[in-house]
Amino acid sequence: MEILFLETLQQGLIYSIVVLGIYLSFRILDYADLSVDGTLPLGAAVAASMIIAGYNPWLATLTATGAGAIAGLFTGYLHTKFNINPLLTGILTMTGLYSVNLQIMGRANLPLLGQQVIFSPPIGMDERVFTITLLLLLVAFIIFLLHRFLDTEIGLALRATGNNQKMITCLGVNTDTMKLLGLSISNAMVSLSGALISQYQGFADVGIGIGTIIGGLASLIIGEVLFSNGKILRDLIAVALGSIIFRLIIALVLRMGLPPTFLKLMTAIIVIVALAAPNFREKVLAKRRYRAYANN
Amino acid sequence: MLTISNITKSFNLGSVNEKLALDGVTLHLKAGDFVTVIGSNGAGKSSLMNVISGVLTLDQGSIIINNDDVTFLPEHRRAKEIGRVFQDPMMGTASNMTIEENLVLALKRGQKRFFKKAITNKEREIFREKLKFLELGLENNLQQKAGLLSGGQRQALTLIMASLMNPKLMLLDEHTASLDPKTGNKVMEVTEEIIRSNKLTTLMITHDLQQALCVGNRTIMMHEGKIVADLKGEERKKATVATLLGLFEKNSGRGLLSDRMLLM
Ligand SMILES: Nc1ncnc2c1ncn2[C@@H]1O[C@H](COP(=O)(O)OP(=O)(O)O)[C@@H](O)[C@H]1O
Ligand SMILES: [Mg+2]
Repeated sequence: MEILFLETLQQGLIYSIVVLGIYLSFRILDYADLSVDGTLPLGAAVAASMIIAGYNPWLATLTATGAGAIAGLFTGYLHTKFNINPLLTGILTMTGLYSVNLQIMGRANLPLLGQQVIFSPPIGMDERVFTITLLLLLVAFIIFLLHRFLDTEIGLALRATGNNQKMITCLGVNTDTMKLLGLSISNAMVSLSGALISQYQGFADVGIGIGTIIGGLASLIIGEVLFSNGKILRDLIAVALGSIIFRLIIALVLRMGLPPTFLKLMTAIIVIVALAAPNFREKVLAKRRYRAYANN
Repeated sequence: MLTISNITKSFNLGSVNEKLALDGVTLHLKAGDFVTVIGSNGAGKSSLMNVISGVLTLDQGSIIINNDDVTFLPEHRRAKEIGRVFQDPMMGTASNMTIEENLVLALKRGQKRFFKKAITNKEREIFREKLKFLELGLENNLQQKAGLLSGGQRQALTLIMASLMNPKLMLLDEHTASLDPKTGNKVMEVTEEIIRSNKLTTLMITHDLQQALCVGNRTIMMHEGKIVADLKGEERKKATVATLLGLFEKNSGRGLLSDRMLLM
């Protein structure tokens, strides 16, 4: 049980980087970017292939992150230059990346057995302790960087682009540039997470991206509902925690005997309920108001 | 200061809905001019502002601001010289961001932005100073979200943001029209004060004929994409609302009773 909890925590931390990336695109930039289903396995593919080719795992991880940034730029480019609908740009990138990822890996699954990865502990250190420490530091560092970034002149312009495009254009900001920047950072984070996943699991697989966006959204919403207070730093921590709680829910449900094949359906239902709830609540309240009024 | 030469703008060119919104408009503003713009609905007033600010591209003609030909510059590259306030209070500020964040975005209007912490106590000092002048108490609530402000407060904040970096040109598009009369008057007072103290060259659209004559130093009337009257100097001093109504009737061939302008 303890080990299960620890593993779930580790997975939650790794995926929290995805959720932070999705927070950046969906919430800050107000751009429903679905590229992440492709950029997560892209990160895994790049990192795993490089590690197998003998490169330093940190260098492989960094390169994977850069690959994600480029994929994000591509998505943004489709929207800003050709005016393609944001949803469609993400789907196009995601679909195209499937072939790219297979090409990079050379086959559908790439095992990393016996390879030196970033989670390989220094001699004399416990692997579990090392992994969890590394992940905690990494996620804390990413939250710190994001928070600092969103308070800079450029960071504020990025937030304004997602909030009121008309206004920030009036103030001389090229919103296209901001979207490109935001999407590239967001997808870089998702690919970084993919690189970590492959090294944590010990293999890269073209299929690991399926449902990334929905799982990420579920985590995002859980985190926001439970912990958010509208301040950036608090939001960042909230959505990261949301990722951990989401993984815990999944682990529990699996332990209770739900076949793993139902996971995606369950995730979709969580998101549907979360998205429908405010709407439903408003309708119920309106109905109540109406009845109260009619009865008087 | 601002020279608009023979500009034309049509919408839906070549379709049945083709509409000539600006029909050969020529206008020259001297530095410090405060021009009020009146005209019935659909006369082309907003289109005029939108081509000046670069929201719309021209079919013909040219626009020169302070000797710079901006005719082909995209909107965000003209922003440095132009401050704008719109009718809709939601439009001028970012509602999810705080008052100070909105202000600091305006402080960097048209300048290069860096990966540098945007707000320090130095900026806060500037903002408090500027906001005090509004007498709305906003200077004590720098960390409040702009979305929580009332329409009047948001318009006042937008005015401060628009004038913060001393733009060469201010464009106000019925910026008090969606406020209740009392708030509208207050925002108008602030507007005049800001324009006077910063000596801003201004174009202000209004549907209040009385206001059109008593603020600023010049009034133009638009109709069907053309400037049909241009009042300044002695002629303007003598003009009354009745004069404007007469001018409108003469140019449109119809009484104003059917028109929104009279209702205001
Ligand atoms: N984006 C647009 N597309 C099509 N027609 C437009 C658009 N904007 C304005 N128009 C038309 O151009 C004319 C002038 O509009 P506008 O400049 O907004 O008038 P005003 O501000 O004086 O009321 C109107 O007939 C209007 O319907
Ligand atoms: Mg208008």
